[in-house]
Amino acid sequence: MSKRPWGFVVGGLLVALLLAGVVSNYASSHPDGLDSSLLKGCTVDAEGEITGGSCPAQQERDHELADSPLADYGVRGLDNDFLSTGLSGVLGVLLTFAVGGGVFWLLRRRGAQPPTAGAQSPTADAQSTTAGPQPPADDASRAARSR
Amino acid sequence: METLAMHISNGIVNGPVAAVFAAFALAVLTLCVLRGRRDLDDRLAPMAGLVAAFIFAVQMLNFPIFTAGVSGHLLGGALAALLVGPWVGALCVAVVLVVQALVFGDGGVAMLGLNVTNMAVLGTAAAYLLIALLLRVLPRTPAGLAVTAFVSALVSVVVASQGFVLQYWLGGTTDLGGNLAGLAGTMAGVHLLIGIGEGLITATTVVTVAKVRPDLVYALRALRPAAPAPVVPVAGGAR
Repeated sequence: MSKRPWGFVVGGLLVALLLAGVVSNYASSHPDGLDSSLLKGCTVDAEGEITGGSCPAQQERDHELADSPLADYGVRGLDNDFLSTGLSGVLGVLLTFAVGGGVFWLLRRRGAQPPTAGAQSPTADAQSTTAGPQPPADDASRAARSR
Repeated sequence: METLAMHISNGIVNGPVAAVFAAFALAVLTLCVLRGRRDLDDRLAPMAGLVAAFIFAVQMLNFPIFTAGVSGHLLGGALAALLVGPWVGALCVAVVLVVQALVFGDGGVAMLGLNVTNMAVLGTAAAYLLIALLLRVLPRTPAGLAVTAFVSALVSVVVASQGFVLQYWLGGTTDLGGNLAGLAGTMAGVHLLIGIGEGLITATTVVTVAKVRPDLVYALRALRPAAPAPVVPVAGGAR
């Protein structure tokens, strides 16, 4: 068996929290490559609102969830910009890890049973039949090589 | 404060085209779930959660690209493909885009299929094709891994940007008066510069992970199986 990844994952999360919670405040506030390309041909005021001209972004509409408490990477009601951006980043990292980690944990192959022995839940069974005999073979060959 | 949008906003591409790409994205992500399950074990699953969280964090870090008033940020397809493989990697980027659209008001919900197609599907696919090629031909050294990461990341960003140009050609809401080539050129030029940043971030991150835990880099496990780990024969043999 290979080493467990948990120590690395915790360390990586701390780095991500630091980046999103603190370093994010020093990010460039200029429009990104997509935004700036879409504004080409239009004139824009200091607020970033289109004031004239013709450009791909002129039909842009508001986001469906523009009033979300974390919209635009800030915490609504928090006046301190530094804290607002940082806290939204920290919440975003934790939420993304929870959603992503949760989904991937539920989707993962369980144990190392051969395909015929893996028939516990109906879904797992259906998956393993579509996946065919490849994963165990793959695993075995990898394990063999790493020995 | 100006809104901080990083992805395609509502109203940029018309509804029908956005819906077609939503269906396309959903189909590809389903395939990614089916194929990705082969890779997802007790070790890869938490790593994939970390990759998604890390991409979210680094996407917030817009960096200047040395043309007036324009910034860039990581897309993450190449990083994800290197660390957790193409199938799970595309899912990681998709998770980030879904969280951003549904919680952070970034990238229209109706445009999610377009954003997923460009960054999760096209970006990751282009990156992995190059990774698979380059890791086989380049020397098995940290430098070889760095070059692989840099080139695949750079190209993946430009490919993703041209995915948008295709979508705008099909369903853009403003008539460009036949000047689609202008948009394609602007997007490609800007994203070539952003791609350099993407390449540097991707190479630095992947080389660091490979140094600390080479067993956690999917591309090294899958594409360089003969080498148990990049315990590179300390280059002493060459001297």
